[in-house]
Amino acid sequence: MSSQHSGHESAFEPHHAHSHPGDAAGHGSFKSYLTGFILSVILTAIPFWLVMSGALDSKLLTAVLVMGIGVVQIIVHVIYFLHMNARSEGGWTLMALIFTIVIVGIALAGSLWVMHHLNTNMMPMTHEIMKNMP
Amino acid sequence: MSETQVQENETPQFYLTEEHHPEHSTMLGFWLYLMSDCLIFAVLFATHGVVGRNYAAGPSPADLFDLGLVAFNTAMLLLSSITYGFAMLQMERNAKMETLFWLGVTGVFGAIFVAVELYEFYHLILEGAGPTRSAFLSSFFTLVSTHGLHVTFGIIWLITLMVQVGKRGLIPENRRRLMCLSMFWHFLDVIWIGVFSFVYLLGVLG
Repeated sequence: MSSQHSGHESAFEPHHAHSHPGDAAGHGSFKSYLTGFILSVILTAIPFWLVMSGALDSKLLTAVLVMGIGVVQIIVHVIYFLHMNARSEGGWTLMALIFTIVIVGIALAGSLWVMHHLNTNMMPMTHEIMKNMP
Repeated sequence: MSETQVQENETPQFYLTEEHHPEHSTMLGFWLYLMSDCLIFAVLFATHGVVGRNYAAGPSPADLFDLGLVAFNTAMLLLSSITYGFAMLQMERNAKMETLFWLGVTGVFGAIFVAVELYEFYHLILEGAGPTRSAFLSSFFTLVSTHGLHVTFGIIWLITLMVQVGKRGLIPENRRRLMCLSMFWHFLDVIWIGVFSFVYLLGVLG
């Protein structure tokens, strides 16, 4: 458990070979945390400013920008705070992440798509239509 | 003779690989747990996406949400994320007191976040916009309070680990636990990005 040289990880990250076992999964440096933080602050401030000031006339464009910047910020967090890369755990964490993104994408897009169609086809009826119903 | 020697040589190797095993599987296993947690939130997001516009002639997000408060809460969670990062950097330096200090700061930011969220919920319910008012508010309360509960349990975990580190120091077991909580904490921040973008900002946008 407390072995100093866990050969598995040090094979991938030679510069960590002499550090403590806990470091195996990889940490950021002060610089990388600060980079992630500054990027996050900027990427948080932009969507809040867009919505609170109503800078853009088009609501659709604002919505697309808010969600797009949100996705970029999630990627920034995953890279700089969660230290995700293709090498950690021999690539299995990235594999699990990609799998989850696919499932989440299917669940979100599928739900919204199906329920939107269901909603459109089951619009609330007016009294006139109800009266003429067989 | 030679056969027994080979056997004797092979036996310790078997135990050696076993000893290496848990360290890695913990982090990967915890990551898989986070991914499954991600699916819970995906379902709640999808529910909110479907019924988030069904106000039942009740208040809409633009009437209810105070974006200034949400921005403040976002800042709290973001600050707690980087202070946890500082705690991990101090842990790497083997500095026990500094680690505890940054963990404490993280806990304070997390507690402010939960307190502001409870204050928001309290006011919504007081205004008659409780979870029973409309489908929009039901899904809103479910999604946001699930995230809030995660943060609350994260704080309890954080305090537990602070006591552990205080008593036993930065032993490998505590380092492993701190790294798991680090992933958990940053993961909650990632979920919050989705919440403030999708629920609050797009909600107010209408």
